[in-house]
Amino acid sequence: MPAQTHVTATINGEPVQFLCEPRQSLLECLRDILGMTGTKEGCNDGNCGSCTIVFDGRIVTSCLVLGVEARGKEISTIEGIARGNRLHPLQQAFLENAALQCGICTPGFIVAAKALLDQEPEPDEERIRFWLANNLCRCTGYDKIVRAVEQAAAVCKQEAAR
Amino acid sequence: MSAKAYSVIGTRPIRHDGADKVTGRALYGADFTAAGLLHGAIVRSPHAHARIKSIDTTRALAFPGVKAVVTSADFPETAERMVDLGEGDTPLSYARGNVLAIDKVLYRGHAVAAVAAASPHVAEEAAALIDVVYERLPCVLTAPEAMLESAPQLHDGKSNLASQFQHVLGDAAKGFAEADVVVEREFNTATVHQGYIEPHNATALWNNDGRVHVWCSTQGSFVVRDCTALILDIPVSRVKVTPMEIGGGFGGKIPVYLEPVAALLSKKSGRPVKIVMTRKDCFEATGPTPGSFMRVKIGATKDGRITAAQAYLAFEAGAYPGAMVGPAGMTVFAPYDIPNAVVDGFDVVVNKPSTAAYRAPGAPNAAFATESVIDELAQKLGIDPIEFRLKNAAKEGTRRVDGPKFRRIGCVEVLEAMKNHPHYSAPLGGPNRGRGVAVGFWFNVGLQSSATLNVNADGTVNLVEGSTDIGGTRTSIAMQAAEVLGIPVADVNPSVADTDSVGFTAVTGGSRTTFATGWAAYEAAQDVVRQMKQRAAKLWEVEAAAVSFDSGVFTSGGRKLTFKELADQLPATGGPVVGSATVNPRGVGGSFAGNIVDVEVDPETGKTTILRFTAVQDVGKAIHPSYVEGQMQGGSVQGIGWALNEEYFMGADGTMMNSSFLDYRMPTALDLPMIDTCIVEVANPGHPFGVRGVGEANIVPPTPAIANAIERATGVRMTRLPMSPPTVMEALWSAGN
Amino acid sequence: MKWFDYECPRTVEAAVGLLSAPGRKVRALAGGTDLLVQLRAGRREADLVVDIKEIGELNELRLDSSGLTIGAAVPCYRIYNDPAICRAYPGLIDAVSLIGGTQIQGRASLGGNLANAAPSADAVPILIALGAQCLIAGPGGPRSLPVEDFCVAPGRNALAPGELLVSIHLAPPLPGSGAAYLRFIPRNEMDIAVVGAGASVVLKGNVFAAARIALASVAPVPLFVADAGDSLIGKPVDEASINAAAEIARAAAKPITDMRGTAEYRRHLCGVMTRRAIARAIARGKETN
Repeated sequence: MPAQTHVTATINGEPVQFLCEPRQSLLECLRDILGMTGTKEGCNDGNCGSCTIVFDGRIVTSCLVLGVEARGKEISTIEGIARGNRLHPLQQAFLENAALQCGICTPGFIVAAKALLDQEPEPDEERIRFWLANNLCRCTGYDKIVRAVEQAAAVCKQEAAR
Repeated sequence: MSAKAYSVIGTRPIRHDGADKVTGRALYGADFTAAGLLHGAIVRSPHAHARIKSIDTTRALAFPGVKAVVTSADFPETAERMVDLGEGDTPLSYARGNVLAIDKVLYRGHAVAAVAAASPHVAEEAAALIDVVYERLPCVLTAPEAMLESAPQLHDGKSNLASQFQHVLGDAAKGFAEADVVVEREFNTATVHQGYIEPHNATALWNNDGRVHVWCSTQGSFVVRDCTALILDIPVSRVKVTPMEIGGGFGGKIPVYLEPVAALLSKKSGRPVKIVMTRKDCFEATGPTPGSFMRVKIGATKDGRITAAQAYLAFEAGAYPGAMVGPAGMTVFAPYDIPNAVVDGFDVVVNKPSTAAYRAPGAPNAAFATESVIDELAQKLGIDPIEFRLKNAAKEGTRRVDGPKFRRIGCVEVLEAMKNHPHYSAPLGGPNRGRGVAVGFWFNVGLQSSATLNVNADGTVNLVEGSTDIGGTRTSIAMQAAEVLGIPVADVNPSVADTDSVGFTAVTGGSRTTFATGWAAYEAAQDVVRQMKQRAAKLWEVEAAAVSFDSGVFTSGGRKLTFKELADQLPATGGPVVGSATVNPRGVGGSFAGNIVDVEVDPETGKTTILRFTAVQDVGKAIHPSYVEGQMQGGSVQGIGWALNEEYFMGADGTMMNSSFLDYRMPTALDLPMIDTCIVEVANPGHPFGVRGVGEANIVPPTPAIANAIERATGVRMTRLPMSPPTVMEALWSAGN
Repeated sequence: MKWFDYECPRTVEAAVGLLSAPGRKVRALAGGTDLLVQLRAGRREADLVVDIKEIGELNELRLDSSGLTIGAAVPCYRIYNDPAICRAYPGLIDAVSLIGGTQIQGRASLGGNLANAAPSADAVPILIALGAQCLIAGPGGPRSLPVEDFCVAPGRNALAPGELLVSIHLAPPLPGSGAAYLRFIPRNEMDIAVVGAGASVVLKGNVFAAARIALASVAPVPLFVADAGDSLIGKPVDEASINAAAEIARAAAKPITDMRGTAEYRRHLCGVMTRRAIARAIARGKETN
């Protein structure tokens, strides 16, 4: 068996090391090697957004990143969104607005939406829809997702004002 | 309308599995792992139709890391017989053949062999080393072509026309003779896919004791158990299915594809084997919904009475018989009281993947035809399209063309709600815009469900049920138990159990789960109340009949105990209370849905933009209104996708050219407006809370509503789905625009 | 996916050395949004993947008096997040903001969009319209090539074995210049151009002083329709001139019928999108006049 590559990275603020094959995607590394299965696979070609993570400060589809590219990078995933025992306002808003049905796309939506709110506290509906166009949801028709993001934005703004 | 006051039903609690699903902790099928896990890969046919001359697995078996290879030769030797896979009788060879091809491949992507290896990559590499020799055969891809005598035959010695039916009501010829205006048109709809985001997956362990354990994402764990047992010819008692969370199904996750293969690989390798489909596999090798060719003719008098209707429905079954043309025949004229009608249905095999259920299967196709013709009739008669529908609307006592008489239904109420909705009278606000309306029907199903309630000493209850939860049904079921028990829904802790741990429960499909499994929970709660009354009677030394129960409080004479207080007394009064119930309800209530949609069509590109969309639906009683709205919005948007862009774009050789989410083009968030909902509640007399299934009827009206809107915007009537930009542009050109 | 080795060189020289490895199937990796999909689907093969994102020159994004230099590995978002670049090259911004969705833009590079040489590449028509130059390193030393000569066949570019696209260079915008890229897609995002049209114009008063037009998805390679742009030169800025140029573009297109539309439909769209792109370019040109 050809040698695997040793990768050290920071995931959700914690230092992490793993061994992987160059052909393994970061999505595979997270799920199959590190057991972080919150990041989901829907298409494995970048078109559904279920595997969205924050990589080096930007949201990306982790199916289109190689595990070996994670060397020295900062990564955040759905597992790092909640604040300890408290849900992030986005997570809470998704629940209160019934913004999920089957839930498979939800981690990707929440990671992507959080990245939006982190950089733009007051996105309008059009902006939310544009930002999230790389995240497919087949259950909800997006209505309740957009509303949940709007509600979370308002909550985050209130929190920031406090 | 249901007016009864409830304390839990009709509220909007946070779902019980919510925290798991927003934190990534919920475990879906592909998240499952086990010690010693192997990964499977499937070898799929590159041809749409071919005879398998030979399969040589030598090179694959020699590849480092490969632990097992299977083909259809690994099925046990079993005489041909009919088996019921949950959707009617099928020859065993068909059921097996769709899982691993026997002698012939019938569609591109048809599974031929499978490999288990140490990693998914190694399995994939080894799969490419299995040498299959094919003798290619000509393929046939549409129902009208497959019905020709000259067409290539899929199943040796059997006609491609697998079955046909005719429904007759009254005298259609006489009815058409009475009509002042008759409209007849032909319609074509493309094959479309359910498009769930989670690919199919299955892990199986064939244990050393001969028992098979399957973990998978399915709409019905008992269907997987029964089908796996039938296909592998082992007793159902030897198969246990643990349903993992499921990432969408919409009908497509009822059939088994991977489970028996993973089990065979596990049997050979002695290790658990996981197989996960690629997205391309999902498109090419799971069951989409049929493409169809339809001809619909409807006649009416000048004053707007429909006198006769006729439908010819030819549906593509895909590789094996079983196109959902039956439901199309049941729903095609369902919204209308039509005295004379005839419906002919044809189930035709073609070289495409074997079709499966998709949300109100068959009904959207049929409604696209009927509701377009109805719209055109209304135009020709100069009657408002909602008024025309109201004049002819089906109501209690109306006989459907396929026989049954409607019980209490909400067709009129849905149409009235549409007529009175502010959307219907709002200005369109610009050129190239049009407003369309349509209605649709889905009959819903009942089927068997089981539920158990275990009372905890703290006054909470654990609910065990067998309906896999695709859209919040843990909560909609728990709410019905909570309502009976008079406790907060948060005090009911629902779990979806494996097939060893709960009574038989049919699929999450047919809009049955909140209706039937909810009913089982209702009955189980009644059982708890009965037993608890006996405990109270024992404590108070009265007859059980002297104990009353209301809003969570047991009383007798001046004494009272809350549910919680009494629960604490159970150890002292005889031990645990377990309520259980099974149901197989007959009182299923059909659901009508209607849409008002505004579109704008770019006359230079043919692109249609949805400006405003209102979904109206009779839901009987909305148990959890947010999730009811969610069903209406989700079904509507799937219908919008079907209407505008989604299709299997087939090459002449039977290759699907657009087998990715990039090219299949389901709607993104940026393609849609908010989807307004209007819940109509005409209680279903056949359910204790008046519930009607709500999951499916909402996908029926969007395609014709959008077609009718495009007609109003452009003057051109679209008779082909999808109404994609090139299709609309070509129609505009044909019309001389 | 088949096994491949991975290298992550720090210099152009090291990258060229790896890309020149004899007997190996070597692929350069930037954002990976095309390459990884193609490797997975078996549409391209590699036994060595060379990650070029750690090379300084390939990450350069510099706007100065000589124009704009975009390192081949610079992801789209860095380009449109730079307000000065947005002001100077709005036509380029049109294209880089619609290559894939937000997640893809976090990775996908302009250089990769070009090097992938897809007929539908959104960035290429506007780069052609803007007269961009490709700066290439290789075993034989550096060279430069006009963008319109870079794509040679579907999926094939003009790079010789061992060569590496280092950066793309655009001249400073002239007064009165405006450019735009528009594509037609059935959805509003996440789609491949059925037809794309890039146009740049330079206006002198109410007359076209210069113009270049290029199209996506209507020929085996992104199509530079020199005649369409030339037809505008010296003509008044009016509907007749625009329509005449759009008609030349329409006639020059050689589209095929596929799942994204029939040839006839695409040819029609060429006229429509070209006209709309020129109109938008003119509107921008008037702002800078």
